[in-house]
Amino acid sequence: MSGQTVPADFSGHMLDLDEDEDLEVFSKNTSLADGSPMPNSPSSMVNQYRLEEEEEEQQQDANARDIFVSVDNPESHVTAIETFIMYRVVTKTTRSEFDSSEFEVRRRYQDFLWLRSRLEENHPTLIVHPLPEKFVMKGMVERFNDDFIETRRKALHRFLNKISVHPILSYSQHFKVFLTAEELMSHRKQGPGFLSRMGETVRAVANSVRGLRSRPEEFTLMQEYVDDFSNKICSVDKVTQRIIKEQREYLDELKQYSPTYSQWAGSEEELAEPLRGVASCVERCGLETEEQIQHLSQVLVPALHEYVLCAETLKAVMRRRDNIQAEFEAKNEALASRRVDQEALQEEVDGLADRVELANNALRGDWSRWQNSMRTDLKTAFLSTAEKNVEYYEQCLAVWESFLLSQRAEPSEQNDGEDAS
Amino acid sequence: PSIHLSIYLSIYLMTQMSCRDLFSEAVNDTGSTLVRRMEICVAEAEKRSGKNAVNMQETFTVYLIETRPMDAVAEGRNPAPDSLWRRYSEFELLRNYLLVTYPYIVVPPLPEKRAEFVWHKLSADNMDPDFVERRRIGLENFLLRVASHPVLSNDKILHHFLTEHGWKEVVYETGFQAKADSRIRALSATFRVRNPDKRFMEMKHYSDQLQSHTSQLLRARARVADRLYGVYKVHGNYGRVFSEWSAIEKEMGDGLQSAGHHMDAYAASIDDILEEEEHYADQLKEYLFYAEALRAVCRKHELTQFELEMASQDLISKKQQHEELATGIVRTFSFKGMTNKLFGQEAPEQREARIKLLEELIAEGEDTVKEKTVECEEHVERAWVDMQRFKEQKDKDLREALINYAVMQISMCKKGIQMWSNAKECFLKM
Repeated sequence: MSGQTVPADFSGHMLDLDEDEDLEVFSKNTSLADGSPMPNSPSSMVNQYRLEEEEEEQQQDANARDIFVSVDNPESHVTAIETFIMYRVVTKTTRSEFDSSEFEVRRRYQDFLWLRSRLEENHPTLIVHPLPEKFVMKGMVERFNDDFIETRRKALHRFLNKISVHPILSYSQHFKVFLTAEELMSHRKQGPGFLSRMGETVRAVANSVRGLRSRPEEFTLMQEYVDDFSNKICSVDKVTQRIIKEQREYLDELKQYSPTYSQWAGSEEELAEPLRGVASCVERCGLETEEQIQHLSQVLVPALHEYVLCAETLKAVMRRRDNIQAEFEAKNEALASRRVDQEALQEEVDGLADRVELANNALRGDWSRWQNSMRTDLKTAFLSTAEKNVEYYEQCLAVWESFLLSQRAEPSEQNDGEDAS
Repeated sequence: PSIHLSIYLSIYLMTQMSCRDLFSEAVNDTGSTLVRRMEICVAEAEKRSGKNAVNMQETFTVYLIETRPMDAVAEGRNPAPDSLWRRYSEFELLRNYLLVTYPYIVVPPLPEKRAEFVWHKLSADNMDPDFVERRRIGLENFLLRVASHPVLSNDKILHHFLTEHGWKEVVYETGFQAKADSRIRALSATFRVRNPDKRFMEMKHYSDQLQSHTSQLLRARARVADRLYGVYKVHGNYGRVFSEWSAIEKEMGDGLQSAGHHMDAYAASIDDILEEEEHYADQLKEYLFYAEALRAVCRKHELTQFELEMASQDLISKKQQHEELATGIVRTFSFKGMTNKLFGQEAPEQREARIKLLEELIAEGEDTVKEKTVECEEHVERAWVDMQRFKEQKDKDLREALINYAVMQISMCKKGIQMWSNAKECFLKM
């Protein structure tokens, strides 16, 4: 299991666990194991990152997971005003801060949105995994189409799992509430209100208009990477969509093609048998093609799509980091120019300076973690695709070889010119 | 393609037979009814320019026909081949001559004049080098088929075509063009014939089926080829994007880059695959065109049968007229009979003259009926033999073609397995 973040049939593993049994250990390559930097700056926030200490005691690769989350069982929920889908979220954990070791709640898409925005708010420069989109622009007519729901469910599952393995985010109070509270609405009302969020946004815009004094080199490089990565991943996504489109059109033609052989067989005597044989081969290859298209749609496309969304998340993270720095610089400038209330302003500036350092450290730490995760996820998806394609050709090969075999078995008149391999 | 190989090899094993023996000769497995003691091939194609019939400059392709005596080759001597250049139109002329001269033979078809059933990448242009090359092969195939035919291979004009520069004068001298059945006559016969041989009607129906099915298959195949081309080529985009992406990655870079190269190779591999499949399409096309030749033989039967019926009908009516005149009993209504009743009988001398004329006509008519009967029966007999030969050839050739197609598919699958296994190795290095 090394190198994977979450096994796909995750819920199966979960159901095997009893409260008293030892938990299965999923070894994982994380940046933490590499020894890459975790924030250990002299800020008070460091104390929240308990996991860091535990992990330093850990062996090289193994990262014992103590919380498992799954999303399943989408059900239509009808009220007087609206209809929406509720998903079942099951949590199993040994963490002490949880009152119990098992939880089951029902959540809707809006609840996930809430959780994510809370996480982003509290950790502006951590890379919070994206959620599946609200709507799909093209091709989707009905919100409650089965494929759409299943795709969304898988993405929601991945989202929660990404959070649950994140060394910082998985300890978020909001995450806990999301997983455990029977009813989420009351919790959703709490927290910084709409207006205060507005205020932040306005400040952010004002700061970005002022512009950054000087972005540290490492973050400039990061920004460049993010822009490039965004371009590339979008391109790969587009190419993949195009391939699926071409494959579908190819499949349509194949479906028209095989009947031409069987129709011809109808007017032949000796030839009827080999003609029907070829018709059957073409048909079976068509079935394999159908499977291959499905695999692409279910494995590679979602993985790429997730990282297209990640690219947007990264851009937002970079922006927020810049804003934090800009805010500090703005106040710092003010401090330098004004004489009034120097002491109070100095304290504010110091606070902002700390905030900048924290933000930068958080991003640094999460950055290599994210890169590794991206590499692993996409590697897995590409590998799976390549394997499926090999399997596709192997199946088709077998189909045609069995046809050849059937023709060899026939008493054949020709003893010249047949140079079939 | 193995079709050509089998015919080519068969030529090595020939014996010469007289025409008389051929009609009762059954076709052997290995084609030992082939008669030409000559190695034939269409070696090259070249572009030429010249003035055409309306004195305008035109470009056309000529094909080099090379021949060598087979015994020289067998003995290990390697004489230089005799050769001459021929245009496609000359091949057409030869075939038209054969069609007229041997209406009881299913005459092998020529490769198509213009490229049909093209998928988008293939050029429909007659000057396209791939098209010219496939046509060269098709023309060689035509010559080999004719030269290995138990009847056609003995034709003198064929020999002239293969070896003499002045063949055109000779072929025009045969006056074959005058002997060609008018289309109108043939069409009329098709509609009005009363008792055609059932087997020929079935054959005609079969030829329609063969034509319809092969053309549907070829059309569908071309569309599949077109789509498959699209699928492979789009993967080339992966190559480009992976390469660009690898530049910004550290750990992933190498794996992505090399995977990209394999994607490029995958995209490029479709060109050869589809070019090879064109040869399969050509094998099917040959039988698409053969269907037309088969139908022509059936139509000739309708024509000879119809002419026989007409001649018989004519003879019967003349005999009746004679009987009426001789006995005075009018059995059937006739204008003459009516006018006789109305205006009185004609003079005995006139009657005598008419009776004598009719007797001459009847004698002629009997000869005609005999002639037409022989013509019709001969045609039926010879055509039936050749249609059986054709049927066996067709079953063998097409079965081989289908097997070849399977072989091509297998080769394509093996390439695919290779490519994607390579890509997988690269992804593992990511």
